[in-house]
Amino acid sequence: MSKRKLKDSPMPIGECISQVQTLLRERLCHQQLPQRPEGVDSQHKHLMELLKRTAVHGESNSVLIIGPRGTGKTLLLRCVLAELLAEEDVDKTLLQVHLNGLLQTDDRIALKEITRQLSLENVVGDQVFGSFAENLAFLLEALKKGDRSSSRPVLFILDEFDLFAHHKNQTLLYNLLDVSQSAQTPVAVVGLTCRLDVLELLEKRVKSRFSHRQIHLLPSLSFSQYLQAVQAQLHLPDTTFPDTTFCYDWNASLKALCEDKSVEAVLLRHFNSTKDFRSLHRLLMASLCRVSVNNPTIKPADLLDASRLLSADAMTNVLHGLSILELCLVIAMKHLNDIYDGEPFNLQMVYNEFKRFLQRKSNSLYNFELPVVMKAFEHLQQLEVVRPVDAAAAVAARAQREYQLVRLMLDHSQIMEALQKYPQCPTDVKQWAASAFG
Amino acid sequence: MARYLTRNRLRRIYKWGGLPVSHDRKLKTDEYDSLRISLEDLPRTTVITNGQYILIEGVDDDHPYVAKVTKLIESDKKKKKALVQWFARVGEVPPNKLKLLGREPHPQEIFYYEGPTCEDEIDVESILDTVQVKFIPAGAPFPDVDRQEVLYVKLSWNTKVFTVVTPEQIETAAATAAAAAAPRLVPTPSRLRPALPPSPPCSPALAAATPRSRAPSRRALPTPDPMVMNRAAAAAGGHGVRGTASAGKMAEAESMHSASKISASKCLSGKRRSCVARTPGVRKKLELSSPRKSLMDEDEGLCQLLDEDLDLDVLMVQRSATTLTHLMSQPGGLTPARKTSRAAGSWGSQSMKPVLSYMSLGGDSSPETALQDSDRASTPSRRAERASKEHSLGVLAEENENSPMEPAAPTPRTSRRKSAQLVSSRIRKQLSLLDDVHSDGDDSDEFLPSAKELRSSSDEEEEQQEEEEEEFCARLDSDDEIVAKKSKRGAAAPRTPRSARKSQASMRTPRKTPVKKATPTTPRTPRHATPSIPSRSLPARQPGSALEEARARLHVSSVPESLPCREQEFQDIYNFVESKVMDGTGGCMYISGVPGTGKTATVHEVIRSLQRASDADDIPAFNFIEINGMKMTDPHQAYVQILQKLTGQKATPDHAAALLEKRFSHAGPKKESTVLLVDELDLLWTRKQNVMYNLFDWPTRRHGRLVVLTIANTMDLPERIMINRVASRLGLTRMSFQPYSFKQLQQIIMSRLNKVKAFEEDALQLVSRKVAALSGDARRCLDICRRATEICEHTSLDPGAPGLVGMSHVMQALDEMFSSAYVTAIRCASIQEQLFLRSVLMEFRRLGLEEATFQQVLVQHQALCRVEGLQPPSVSEALAACQRLGACRLLLLEPSRLGVLQRVRLNVSQDDVLYALKAE
Repeated sequence: MSKRKLKDSPMPIGECISQVQTLLRERLCHQQLPQRPEGVDSQHKHLMELLKRTAVHGESNSVLIIGPRGTGKTLLLRCVLAELLAEEDVDKTLLQVHLNGLLQTDDRIALKEITRQLSLENVVGDQVFGSFAENLAFLLEALKKGDRSSSRPVLFILDEFDLFAHHKNQTLLYNLLDVSQSAQTPVAVVGLTCRLDVLELLEKRVKSRFSHRQIHLLPSLSFSQYLQAVQAQLHLPDTTFPDTTFCYDWNASLKALCEDKSVEAVLLRHFNSTKDFRSLHRLLMASLCRVSVNNPTIKPADLLDASRLLSADAMTNVLHGLSILELCLVIAMKHLNDIYDGEPFNLQMVYNEFKRFLQRKSNSLYNFELPVVMKAFEHLQQLEVVRPVDAAAAVAARAQREYQLVRLMLDHSQIMEALQKYPQCPTDVKQWAASAFG
Repeated sequence: MARYLTRNRLRRIYKWGGLPVSHDRKLKTDEYDSLRISLEDLPRTTVITNGQYILIEGVDDDHPYVAKVTKLIESDKKKKKALVQWFARVGEVPPNKLKLLGREPHPQEIFYYEGPTCEDEIDVESILDTVQVKFIPAGAPFPDVDRQEVLYVKLSWNTKVFTVVTPEQIETAAATAAAAAAPRLVPTPSRLRPALPPSPPCSPALAAATPRSRAPSRRALPTPDPMVMNRAAAAAGGHGVRGTASAGKMAEAESMHSASKISASKCLSGKRRSCVARTPGVRKKLELSSPRKSLMDEDEGLCQLLDEDLDLDVLMVQRSATTLTHLMSQPGGLTPARKTSRAAGSWGSQSMKPVLSYMSLGGDSSPETALQDSDRASTPSRRAERASKEHSLGVLAEENENSPMEPAAPTPRTSRRKSAQLVSSRIRKQLSLLDDVHSDGDDSDEFLPSAKELRSSSDEEEEQQEEEEEEFCARLDSDDEIVAKKSKRGAAAPRTPRSARKSQASMRTPRKTPVKKATPTTPRTPRHATPSIPSRSLPARQPGSALEEARARLHVSSVPESLPCREQEFQDIYNFVESKVMDGTGGCMYISGVPGTGKTATVHEVIRSLQRASDADDIPAFNFIEINGMKMTDPHQAYVQILQKLTGQKATPDHAAALLEKRFSHAGPKKESTVLLVDELDLLWTRKQNVMYNLFDWPTRRHGRLVVLTIANTMDLPERIMINRVASRLGLTRMSFQPYSFKQLQQIIMSRLNKVKAFEEDALQLVSRKVAALSGDARRCLDICRRATEICEHTSLDPGAPGLVGMSHVMQALDEMFSSAYVTAIRCASIQEQLFLRSVLMEFRRLGLEEATFQQVLVQHQALCRVEGLQPPSVSEALAACQRLGACRLLLLEPSRLGVLQRVRLNVSQDDVLYALKAE
């Protein structure tokens, strides 16, 4: 090993960088499970115990894991499952069925998927894709025939659980939960959802059959923990990384990075904005991408850039690409919004406002004909900077385009910000935008 | 399938044989002594007389019901009716009762049915055919014969216990009648015929008298007499066999021509009376599965017997009654007859059997039948004669039974009875057998031609017959013919196809595992195996500690020993179902109650008790079927599921509905009650409410025998969603399950724990009070307790002895389950999200509305950020925060494509938000 290390030590820097990239990207893209999810010990224990009882004792259970997006619900479950399956005999005993509310959009699809994942098709032959009713009867029969002590326990994992509640009659949920409450095949129904009010979605008889066990995953970590998490995410393992010196340098620079005031400010801002780990990962990923042979460590500037990139306002960016005429129209709309207090307006009104501006103040702009203005207006509409009030109704009524009512989809602050950044924006346009009344 | 064709093609005509024998003024009914069943356009008829054993159309085509005709009447409405004494096939006895036998039931065994309340009046149109029934003394083994057509009676069955049937029991009526008839018979052959029906124990003898050809049919009845006389003579022992035999012959011959039936009818009526008296309102239970092999054994027996009695056969054949010429040839035939009679004397039972077998042939209405009729007839007459010789006429009936001859007599009698039941097919088979035998036998040589003649004639008639005959018989025929040329024993072989069919039929009434059995009935969609979750390699671990034990007991799925706190409801439902099952009527009940109040559990408990009761024979057996509105994809699937559970058939919803409709409106003479539990009734709602309508309409049918228990959550479901005609049929039998009170909940937990000491008293009380206050849902209560045991286990310092579940654990469990996570979620949200929520509140306050657009809130938000000294977020960031709150449903949002214009509402109370934010 040491020999290999010696041999590896003079590893070219490019090699090291690519190694780092691979390792960290895997980590940031959730392809690697951490040893143990952070800060959720009690939930981990609860879930672990629960699933273990199903796997080992054949006790039926149902549980919901609830938490906002990006708090590690799936991660927790995957960790628990990995740990559970590591135990011998559980591994061979537990059957798993993974469903996702976004994929199995109705019970028919879900039933087929369950049948497939339980490998029951070979029993039915061509019957698998029989009628919905047959599938249901078939599955229920299969589950009913089992009993606590002799059948292999089945773990149903319902991702986006709330979406299953929108299926017709909640048939699938009723049946799964009913099985979990009766002496049939032992099942554990694990639902993952980010909706806190998920129980209210369940019909009362379905709800009654649910055990009401809820595991809440709420991000409760403080900023210092957050910083540590950031550091842990970027940390290179001393022992397994091939090039020790590079690894040492990287980790040292990482420590320096985290102590940097500006970096801390960026992270704090990010932390204040959201505790979602996914968005943190995006931030780190963006900065990681800047690491290259010339720039072998993450520098505070990288992180700042990445943060700016991510927190930039999308609409403002859109406005940067507009022509002066279009920008003028947007400003005219802003004034209309002010005048009419957010009431919708049409192209003609915008055009009149624009003409008033031209007559009064402008000396840098030509007068544009209505068709040209209309073209610009349509472009804005395509960019969804403006939006018809009721598109369907307008089409139905065949209203003339210039009289179709629209609304501006921008906030004033966005317009002003865009104007600030707009290259070579005529001063009179800027003044017009800033003035209180057109 | 030929049988279906024949059935469809021809209309059967039921006519009374002769004039009414008596008239009941009170009931305005006329009694007849025989019934002639003929097929349209065909010359042959089957004649059914009193005391004959008949097959009655039932639900199961392969196993028609067996009964003995006791009376033939015509009601004032010109309806032809028959009063019958039922016999139960093995399959009709509930399997659990069969254990009482203490032995394997003989497949061909039937039981004299003494059970209560079985309609004993049937429509003559349901009569299929005659059948042969033999009585076997209790101690005697079943004859080791492999014939299918003979049924054996050994025991009687009163739905509770099996008792030994004394020959008297079965024969009383018949015997009396026979005795009464005997005297007349002897002097006047013309009167012999009446004696037939009474033919001893086994009215089958009567059954034999069903010649097809119309003219002969009349005569056929009398024919038996000679044989009877022969036998009687033999029994008498001292008398010259020859004389008797010839007398019998003469009697027979005469009787064939004689038309007088008066004496017979008298006998019949006498017997009828006795029968009726014995079995008032007998009700038979319907059990479709029936013995498979029984027929074979008897076949064998018959064959053996045939050897001995070839002569007789031939004789019969000659008599085939259809033609006078045959009759002419009889004189020659007498010798064999004599022989038999001698044989009867010497080897009693043996010799009798052959006779019986002929009779069985007679059951068929073919010409052969006519021949056999004579045989059959003869047996009784013989008997009668014997009786007459030994006793005075008046006491004949009883004495006959007590007479020394009796010991030998029983066997013949039974066999005779059985023979009566024999179906037409048998005739042909035997004839063919005869042919074989004749070729070997010496005596038979002289008869051979006649036998052949017979055969040919029978062949000719076969075609017609086939049409005439019941499908049942027709099929047997064909079966038989195939193997007819085989050895006598081989005759059993053809049965196999039939037995296969039977097995299929038996599948139809699986009570407990209908689905499995269904498989064979649907060969087109073969399911290789029933689906199942694979079984685990290691057995599940059993609970170890007291807490684990408690947890296992508290699981909702564990079935408690009893259902406390639902005694009243239990009793009500029990009484309702029991009374309906006892009366054989139908009814509906509607059970409502919020989830988790034990509705389904109580009904299941009721059914369990009822099943126990029916096992113990306190109530008649019944089917239990359960469907659940939630467990089907479409309301119309209800039909499919009911049908499948009832009969194992698979069908489309429409077809299933039709089949069920037929089933519940069709009068099955021996139908079991069906108890149908419909859970989650509201899911069966359709726009036209057909499903509900049918479910509630079937129980109102006269022959429905369906008890429907429906369960739903809302008390006023009938009023709310049902149209009038449905609600009206549902009736007013309602029951409402109240949510459990805290005391009841406590009791439930206590009873579940059943002395396992795992909870502190206070803790239990807390749980039950809390749940009672919230929902009264027992499931909730149990779940909380279960969770509390877990918490207790985790928090205990000493994992070895976790101690009792205390208040703190329960509190924590309650907290986990009932506390809303909103407040915590708000506290855990990021600063920006919290600020956004706060700005939503501010905007609400400013607007005085509970709704604002994102844009409006954003303004507040940015202002707030400046106050707080934070960098205001960009619109995109604020929007993202808003969306995150929306995903958690802390906020309610419009679709996100509306961007800054989307409206925002709070999904939590403002107080909660303030509380959560303030506490920080």
